Amino acid sequence: MADSNKYLTLSGLEPLVVTLESNFINVGERTNVTGSRKFLRLIKEEKYDEALEVARHQVDGGAQILDVNMDEGMLDGVYAMTTFLNLIASEPDIARIPIMIDSSKWSIIEAGLRVAQGKCVVNSISLKEGEEEFKRQATLVKRYGAAVVVMAFDETGQADNYQRRIDICKRSYDFLVNEVNFPPQDIIFDPNIFPVATGMEEHRLNALDFFNATKWIRENLPYANVSGGVSNVSFSFRGNNTVREAMHSAFLFHAIKNGMNMGIVNPAMLEIYDEIDKELLELVEDVLFDRRDDATERLVDFAETVKDNKKEVDDAVQEWRNEPLQDRITHALVKGIDAFIIEDVEEARQVAKRPIEVIEGNLMIGMNVVGDLFGSGKMFLPQVVKSARVMKKAVAYLQPYIEAEKDGKVEFAGKILMATVKGDVHDIGKNIVSVVLGCNNYEIVDLGVMVPPEKIIETAIKEGVDIIGLSGLITPSLDEMVYVSKEMEKKNLSVPLIIGGATTSRAHTSVKIAPNYNNAVVHINDASRAVTVVGELLQKDSQPYKNQIREEYDKFREQFLKRGKQKDYISIEEARKKKFQIDWNASEIVKPKQLGIQVIEDFDITKLEDFIDWSPFFRSWDLHGKYPNILTDDVVGEQATELFSDAQELLKRIFDEKLLKAKAIFGLFPANTVNDDDIEVYSDNGEVVETFLSLRQQLKKRDGVPNIALADFVAPKNSGKQDYMGCFCVSTGFGTQELATKFEEDNDDYNSIMIKALADRLAEAFAEYLHKEVRTTIWGYAEGETLSNEELIKETYKGIRPAPGYPACPDHLEKKTIWKLLNVNEVIGVELTESLAMWPAASVSGYYFGNPEAKYFGLGKITEDQLKDYAKRRNISEDEARKWLNPNLAE
Amino acid sequence: MSNIYKEIQKRILVLDGAMGTMLQRYNFSEEDFRGVRFKDYPSSLKGNNDLLSLTQPQAIADIHRLYFDAGADIVETNTFSGTTIAMADYGMENLVYELNFESAKIAKQVAEEFTKANPEKPRFVAGSIGPTNKTASLSPDVNKPEYRAITFEELRIAYKQQTEALIDGGVDVLLVETIFDTLNAKAALFAIEEVKEERHIDIPIMVSGTITDASGRTLSGQTVEAFLTSMSHIPLLSVGFNCALGAEQLKPYLQRLSHGTEFHTSAHPNAGLPNAFGEYDQTPEQMQELIEDYLKDGLINIIGGCCGTNPDHIQAIAKVAEKYQPRQLKVEV
Repeated sequence: MADSNKYLTLSGLEPLVVTLESNFINVGERTNVTGSRKFLRLIKEEKYDEALEVARHQVDGGAQILDVNMDEGMLDGVYAMTTFLNLIASEPDIARIPIMIDSSKWSIIEAGLRVAQGKCVVNSISLKEGEEEFKRQATLVKRYGAAVVVMAFDETGQADNYQRRIDICKRSYDFLVNEVNFPPQDIIFDPNIFPVATGMEEHRLNALDFFNATKWIRENLPYANVSGGVSNVSFSFRGNNTVREAMHSAFLFHAIKNGMNMGIVNPAMLEIYDEIDKELLELVEDVLFDRRDDATERLVDFAETVKDNKKEVDDAVQEWRNEPLQDRITHALVKGIDAFIIEDVEEARQVAKRPIEVIEGNLMIGMNVVGDLFGSGKMFLPQVVKSARVMKKAVAYLQPYIEAEKDGKVEFAGKILMATVKGDVHDIGKNIVSVVLGCNNYEIVDLGVMVPPEKIIETAIKEGVDIIGLSGLITPSLDEMVYVSKEMEKKNLSVPLIIGGATTSRAHTSVKIAPNYNNAVVHINDASRAVTVVGELLQKDSQPYKNQIREEYDKFREQFLKRGKQKDYISIEEARKKKFQIDWNASEIVKPKQLGIQVIEDFDITKLEDFIDWSPFFRSWDLHGKYPNILTDDVVGEQATELFSDAQELLKRIFDEKLLKAKAIFGLFPANTVNDDDIEVYSDNGEVVETFLSLRQQLKKRDGVPNIALADFVAPKNSGKQDYMGCFCVSTGFGTQELATKFEEDNDDYNSIMIKALADRLAEAFAEYLHKEVRTTIWGYAEGETLSNEELIKETYKGIRPAPGYPACPDHLEKKTIWKLLNVNEVIGVELTESLAMWPAASVSGYYFGNPEAKYFGLGKITEDQLKDYAKRRNISEDEARKWLNPNLAE
Repeated sequence: MSNIYKEIQKRILVLDGAMGTMLQRYNFSEEDFRGVRFKDYPSSLKGNNDLLSLTQPQAIADIHRLYFDAGADIVETNTFSGTTIAMADYGMENLVYELNFESAKIAKQVAEEFTKANPEKPRFVAGSIGPTNKTASLSPDVNKPEYRAITFEELRIAYKQQTEALIDGGVDVLLVETIFDTLNAKAALFAIEEVKEERHIDIPIMVSGTITDASGRTLSGQTVEAFLTSMSHIPLLSVGFNCALGAEQLKPYLQRLSHGTEFHTSAHPNAGLPNAFGEYDQTPEQMQELIEDYLKDGLINIIGGCCGTNPDHIQAIAKVAEKYQPRQLKVEV
């Protein structure tokens, strides 16, 4: 074969040849749901037109390969990948460049390969699952006509030193070239870029090992290419962009010199190599090449001077203190700085005729700027909440002066009632919206959580509110909102109704709520829209807007009801025949080392730090993206970094001052499945203590694809095998409410929301921690397990811990069984509300299944026959069963 | 190793000309198409040329014979539409195996006759694998760009069946041709690879794309080089272009192709562009002259004709092909 064919050659509608002379190939990665919150949102909302624009923007911006990733738990990845690549195929100016099909799921990769006519790159495969799977995937990649990214990863884990890197790459290369006949030029190695200057001894060689491994690969593995994600290297300096940018360019400069020829680089986070401050460059290169023992310390010291410099710069910028009064007030509000607000407000009060004018004038001018910036996407939620903190302080200071006047009264733009509905305790979202509206001069009547419908309506009438806002997180709250809307109609209310919260949707609102109530009903799912919508609803002549909303929802409802992604269901009998098959004669059942119930009182909460999954924390602040990438995100990176450092600060206080209490109760029991879908839990002497009821998927599937229920993961009684399962409840919420209240009293909504968001994260971390203890010690079926936090988040462990109320088991009633079995309420004090939400809110409960084949799945919709069957098994009326399972019933 | 690899080193191989053009000469009626076997078939069968391998096998064999007589080294089986996807138009999906198997047998028999008569010039049969009438990377509905009338999987299954039947019938080479959507062809290559693996056999593959118009791209939008890149992951006997254009219009693309590939190259252009009545009127002499230009430049290893060409064209081409050396492959450095 001739030389020219030994270059990596890819194609879209046009070819891309990577020769020795080619410049570094830049992979565009904004069309990646794990890296871009915007793209994720567009895909989730099926706004494929706009998603295509993201792709087009990448191509226009010079991306030479387009990375497409649809790995997100709530997405149908195969569908999203297929649809998006099909759409790209119809856009010649995007389809021009090759696609990198990026997924950790083989099914999604294969779906992508089946719709791309060009020669793509598969990202990625590795020896992680062993040679057999590696060979199978590589053979198919070749047969589909694609190149491949190979991670330096083998059966024992990720390569983290020079020798492991080259050993794994060499082994992968030899295997691919000799066993699979894979063209060597179509192999792209990713030898793992890891952070340096972390202070950990074992990280000192991370960059150097990468350079050397890259060089070794290029010299010893003929025609192979090297790629990587650069931003990882500077991870320990997140928040310090000067240092990070210098590190990225220096790293890239040397990586390219050593032969890295493609990769993912965020151009916004890159300093020009020649323009890096010479002193900084030397320090950075000392670290990258591990040239001195104190290299890290020196760079850290320098980094602090950069921060100090920035403070000096800040001091210089504190010239803003010399600017006119209004500018200072606006500046303080926009930047969320409360240090000078009292003195500035006092100054304003002295010149104003009446103290109220300071609010209506000076402060509102500033808040309008905040509103405009927020509305146009130039400010983010955490900043706005900080602005609100400044605003509240200012207003609190002025309040006594205003009240001292005869007819002193603050004029608000409107009065809004906010409530988390009956049975639900989740209020982070509601509080955020309240704060945002509050700082736009709306008076908020916040009724808190678990508010009964009568109280909502009574208060609305008594207080003469202009709008009612309802919030909720768990699925039973959806029905509660429907009920409230009907009651509002009965009582002849005429104020608009706003619906929000994690499980609510425009579909649910337009189909189930809007038809019940004759006035305006609007669904809002992010705080930035709340201000606009409320503004429209309360303007003088709001009828046209209301009509427009009504029309939109009517149309949406019609389309929604008509829209038949026509799904077929099979009967429950048939579904049971197609259950998930485990060969119980072969399956290894491990008897738990410690059977029975155990309690953890007063747990050392600091142990949880390493188990925190931060991504959902950012989501609760409307910042979308995966941690840690979000910290360097083009759009929200700066905000995310700031929020993260505030969170760390509060977390440290929680740890140091023991502000929150954590408790847990859990148990492991002998158990067997009976009648296909029920799991009997036995006492020591074999009596049935409780029975868990599982629900089974009924969506019609391809041959060979099972209809799963959780019961399938436990050996059936008639197999003669004694199996086991467990359940648990953990809480880190004890103390949260008291702290939140204290913060609120200090007008510090920011930290009041923060503490709740952190408590939620800690509860999840506690569940993760406990699950690990159970796997490795208490049950002990995975004794040798070593998984990183990232792998835990990706749920790569053996066995599962599904929670009632979530996709595998949407039935909240199962919590009652757990509560009875473990005596949760009496022992650790976590209560269930009438909608079966847990109180304190920062709690997690669920089951443990230990079978190695057990996996997470979504129940999907079920049909009438299973509902009837379930009602009988649960011994409740069909109506009641319908009420609880409503969100999962097929229309 | 099939000895077509030996022959292609020695000389420029000549592929046959159009099957459809030759069949038109017979003016077969509906009854002829039906034969005895499909006398009572519920729908019209006229125009289902592939079916003639079952109902008029003599005519098919005669056409192959005419082309071999004219000097062709390779004839194509009468199986351009021999997939369940294309046969669905006639409701004849269940005949697909038989059609391909019989067509291959007919061509192979004739080829063997000729090889026997003149062992110095062995003759070969290429199993023709057409593009089907559906596209996997284009939507037929402009309002639904994400929609596809056919999927990779459906194509793979259909092509696999055709491939198995052609191989069972005895073809020497598989010819994936008239590719206007690369994704369809990738499914065909995928299917062929599966058959090769399952049967532990190797069989030479020829690939031939179609540049639809002066844009210089395939119907699915790829440039010559992108097409080549998308089709080069499997070892091929040859890669080339056919149909849509005449020899003159095709030349610049053949130059780019020849420059960009290390496989052997092929071309079977139409007899010029169709006139106002949709007829091809380029004479054998005119076509010969244009083809000689390819040969002078050393662009080609396999040469033949597509729409509008007949044994006279092939004879003229074979004559001139004899005079030139085949294109030299770049050698490994």
